[in-house]
Amino acid sequence: MPGSYLPSSYLPVLIFLVISLVFGLGALVMGGMFRLRRPYAEKLRPYESGVTPVGEPRQRFSVRFYVIAMLFVVFDVEVIFLYPWAVVFDRIGLFAFIEMVIFIFILLVGYVYAWRKEAFVWE
Amino acid sequence: MNEINVSMLAPLLPEVIMASAGILVLLVELVARRKETAGLLSIAAVAVAAYYVPHSFGKSFGGMFVSDGYSAFFKFIFFINLILTVLLSMRYLVIEKSNHGEYYSLVVFSTLGMMLMASAGDLIVLYLGLELMALSSYVLAGFIRHDARSSEAAVKYFLLGAFSSALLLYGITLVYGLTGTTDVSLIGAAVVEKGLSTPLFLSVVFLMAAFGFKTALAPFHMWAPDVYEGAPTSVTAFMSVGPKAAAFAAFGRVFLTGFGSLSTDWTGILVVLSILTMAVGNILAIQQDNIKRMLAYSSVAHAGYAVLGIIVGGAEGLAAMMNYLFIYGFMNLGAFAVVIMLRSEGVRGEALEDYKGLAKTHPFAAAVMLVFMFSLTGIPPTAGFIGKFYLFKAVVGAGYAWLAVVTVIFSAISAYFYLRVVMYMYMLEPEGEAVTLSLSPSLGLALLITTLVVILIGVYPSPLLSFARLAAG
Amino acid sequence: MQYYLLIPLLPLGAFLLNIMLGRRVIRRQAHWPSTLAVAGSLVVTVMVLLDVMSGRTLNEDLYVWIVSGNFKVSVGFMIDQLTAVMLVVVTSVSFLVHVYSIGYMQDDPGYYRFYAYLSLFTFSMLMLVTANNFLQLYFGWEAVGLCSYLLIGFWYEKRSASDAGKKAFIVNRFGDFGFGLGVIMVFLTFGTLDYVSVFDGAGGVAAQTINILGADVNLITLIALLLFCGAVGKSAQVPLHVWLPDAMEGPTPVSALIHAATMVTAGVFMVARLNPIFSLSPVAMDVVAVVGAVTALFAATIALVQNDIKRVIAYSTISQLGYMFIACGVGAFGAGIFHLYTHAFFKALLFLCAGSVMHAMGGEVDMQKMGGLKRYMPLTYWTMLIASLSISGIPPLAGFFSKDEILWVAFNGGGVGRAVWALGTLAAVLTAFYSFRLIYLTFHGEFRGTEEQRHHLHESPAVMTVPLAVLCVGAVAAGWIGIPPIISSVFGVEDANWFAEFLKPVVGHPEIEAPHSTEALVMGFSVAVAAVGIAVAWVFYIRNREIPAVLARRCGILYRLLFNKYYVDEIYNATVVRPAMLIARYVLVGLSDGVIIEGVVNGVPALINRFGARLRRLQSGLLQSYAAVMALGLFLLMAVVVMVLK
Repeated sequence: MPGSYLPSSYLPVLIFLVISLVFGLGALVMGGMFRLRRPYAEKLRPYESGVTPVGEPRQRFSVRFYVIAMLFVVFDVEVIFLYPWAVVFDRIGLFAFIEMVIFIFILLVGYVYAWRKEAFVWE
Repeated sequence: MNEINVSMLAPLLPEVIMASAGILVLLVELVARRKETAGLLSIAAVAVAAYYVPHSFGKSFGGMFVSDGYSAFFKFIFFINLILTVLLSMRYLVIEKSNHGEYYSLVVFSTLGMMLMASAGDLIVLYLGLELMALSSYVLAGFIRHDARSSEAAVKYFLLGAFSSALLLYGITLVYGLTGTTDVSLIGAAVVEKGLSTPLFLSVVFLMAAFGFKTALAPFHMWAPDVYEGAPTSVTAFMSVGPKAAAFAAFGRVFLTGFGSLSTDWTGILVVLSILTMAVGNILAIQQDNIKRMLAYSSVAHAGYAVLGIIVGGAEGLAAMMNYLFIYGFMNLGAFAVVIMLRSEGVRGEALEDYKGLAKTHPFAAAVMLVFMFSLTGIPPTAGFIGKFYLFKAVVGAGYAWLAVVTVIFSAISAYFYLRVVMYMYMLEPEGEAVTLSLSPSLGLALLITTLVVILIGVYPSPLLSFARLAAG
Repeated sequence: MQYYLLIPLLPLGAFLLNIMLGRRVIRRQAHWPSTLAVAGSLVVTVMVLLDVMSGRTLNEDLYVWIVSGNFKVSVGFMIDQLTAVMLVVVTSVSFLVHVYSIGYMQDDPGYYRFYAYLSLFTFSMLMLVTANNFLQLYFGWEAVGLCSYLLIGFWYEKRSASDAGKKAFIVNRFGDFGFGLGVIMVFLTFGTLDYVSVFDGAGGVAAQTINILGADVNLITLIALLLFCGAVGKSAQVPLHVWLPDAMEGPTPVSALIHAATMVTAGVFMVARLNPIFSLSPVAMDVVAVVGAVTALFAATIALVQNDIKRVIAYSTISQLGYMFIACGVGAFGAGIFHLYTHAFFKALLFLCAGSVMHAMGGEVDMQKMGGLKRYMPLTYWTMLIASLSISGIPPLAGFFSKDEILWVAFNGGGVGRAVWALGTLAAVLTAFYSFRLIYLTFHGEFRGTEEQRHHLHESPAVMTVPLAVLCVGAVAAGWIGIPPIISSVFGVEDANWFAEFLKPVVGHPEIEAPHSTEALVMGFSVAVAAVGIAVAWVFYIRNREIPAVLARRCGILYRLLFNKYYVDEIYNATVVRPAMLIARYVLVGLSDGVIIEGVVNGVPALINRFGARLRRLQSGLLQSYAAVMALGLFLLMAVVVMVLK
């Protein structure tokens, strides 16, 4: 029956979620409860110790940042896949090694491509 | 989990070849001076992959990937689509000032996505393939970056495509929730066991809507005319054949294997969609005076015909559908090839007006276009007639004689706008400056292949018929 | 035995080559592909003939185009004795005509076009005779008609030529309409269009009747008569004979090939091929015999007074085709085919000789302006003389054997047989007369043309005379493979009618129980009347040349009747053509432009357009509205599902 389906193996994740929520919220709530509150004008300004902001905060910024963001996805986030692989590496052996070489090779192709297309040049 | 080893990759060999080819094309593009090299390389890769398709039958990854006759037939459609598209594109991209090698890489990756879709034995693999195909085609649709129409097409395609992906995923989730599996054949078994329920039917509707989007069935076709018109013509040709066929491949497998036992329930809906599609496609095509847009609506209408094969179901219906899509691929690509031939620097060559008196100025181009228009209408002895004939035969054989009559009526309506092109070419005098043809060797080859095949199948259809019948199982 | 496929394919290839490259590349060399192709076909035909003679026949579907239930459109070939005979006739005559045309068409601007059409015709004719099903027969039938139309109107700048082409086409529509109906009836009755299956099933439906307008009609009779309509049109039998004389507007080699030796005999071939159907209906057989006999006499009488050399031969063709139908009608299909076969040689020869004469005379066709040509073109004269003797039925030439066999089987045919025999014999007298009238007017006496023409007179080049010589051999000897026992026994050979024996497996052979004395009498009689015909012609046109003019004056009405071909064209003009034109002009145009076509052709699209314009508004180009339509569609579907399942 679909109704009786209980993903018990995911229970720790749920518990983890609850704990992190409780911990985070708890810290904020507790801080609010115990700290002193003595506001004055200087203290309420943003960038209390920095330069006073000039102009609208919503300005356009260069499209190059998108390229940077995408490259970040490719070369940083994708590498995350290395972690689970490393964990089980000793169990799946050579095959997994070759698989990962291929994976890295594909990433490398992306790298070469981005390089040749001068994605790393800021201009 | 089962043991993982290299032999599991054997059924995927064509896909592996295509993936490697995509990467290789990308690398070659970096160093090649002539971008056409990338195109030729992709054709060579397809040749190799095509060679391995018949040698790669089998299941892999626990049935997630299925390489069988059915998928093989569709893969051949994709290959032909790729080859012809590349041939069409080589000179066209130069004219459009967008001669970048990535184009060919994207075409290869998109084709890889289609291949995965055709071979998907699991809804997750299906989704994977669909996204690979779709993402590549979004980029392709906007490939002429300096053209606002192209960019607009890409954005529209992307946003609406994302919408349909969401529908597909939602449907998949529902099915998973109800049956506990994403494996299509296991879903089939579970559906037989559990029978029909409202949530299950709703999930069927979601999947139908998602496939309807990809195959451009009304009312999920809305994107097609705008995207087809705005996209580069070579990409339009590519998208109107490959992704459509891939969606039909997945549509057929999921619905006939997964939900086959419920067919009496969902065929009714599909019949309505089919008639609606034929009506919208054919009636709106009459209104168009831009050939590309006319062909876009015509492609919508043809989806309405092809889906009849799924309605009929069984090997007979599938074979008729596959047959139709195969033929449709050639005649549609051929028609687009002529449109591309009329495109030259400064002249769009998309307006119906541009075809006035073409028979006088360029008799050869007009004759070739005549063949494709006849074929799209379904006039013997062209391939289009064979496609329609066997489709109607299957429809009548399944007891839907009235539906066949409706289809014939819409076919007759379609003659109006197809033959109008012929009328413009042969009966009107050329006006103003004659259009110049941008005929290149590769385009000429594409035209030659498509024309010959359209006539050959029209005259000697039995090899194709038996191939489709065999592939449909 | 698959090489038989080369027979039709070679001419097809030559056609494609000439039509595609003829204008620019091949040009003056256009005869090479076509002639070589048909020569190749001829060689293969001989090989096939040897195969068939050694007993190997064949019937196979080469490929199936479309199948739907019982309905099958396929290309299949049936190679048997009958086909083999037809193949020999078609390829050999076609080859000779190809060669002859090299000389005849020499300076024509449409040279490549001529050879392209000639090849296309040869291909179509070969497909027609090798078909193993009705549909292919029908397609071949229409295709040869199309080629005939193209070739009659070959000199399309000439008004009369293009008119004649149209006339041939339209008159043939009448016959083909019946033929088409017949094919449909065959399919409805037997559920298949395959010869063998139909023939197998024919016996089973022999007694069935079908009610038409309250009258019970025998089904087989109906089918046979409908099919025979096609033969009447194609083989120019009364009353659809009117197109063939006009078809003489085409180039003379075309007249020889298409309008004498091959296409016009397709009707006879068809009746013989379908003999299992025809044999089952005595009524249809009688109709065939009577139509044939009437035509034989009718056309012969017209030929008596015509002055156009080609038209005389054209009427003689119609008349001879009548003989073939006589044979078929009395059940002696083999005799009909035998005459078809001998006729192909002597009639093609007559036409090519006429072409040779015209070539010398600068295109002149009026025999009144000829005369005395014997001196200038001896080879043409002698070959044409032999052909005329042959057609008149003088032994031992080819025409004698075939015509005699027909008259003999008709004599013993029972029913209408004796009457048909009488008509045929009468026609034989006339045949001899008009044939020799032609010879005497053209080749004997004084030259009556202009001085310039006389100056120009010459024998034709070898490329034209060699085919004449070859055909002449055929006109003499072609009959020697069908010698009746009564003659062969004189030479100590009991059974020398090999031709009949050869065809027997396909078309059977009527057994005639009659005393030899009767046969000898009948034979002697027909030879005697032919001799009388020749003698009278000699008296009229050599001995005492005033007689024809006197006769024409004396029997003014009869003469004018014959000279104007019984006014058949005029009658058709008044009864069919004029009313049809009137209807077309006033009724149809009025109706169509005003109501029907206007209404349907413009009304329906207008309706669709209006509907489409509404729909089109949905296609606004706005993304959100597209998404909305899709979502709406989805919700509607979901609503339907939920409601239905509730």
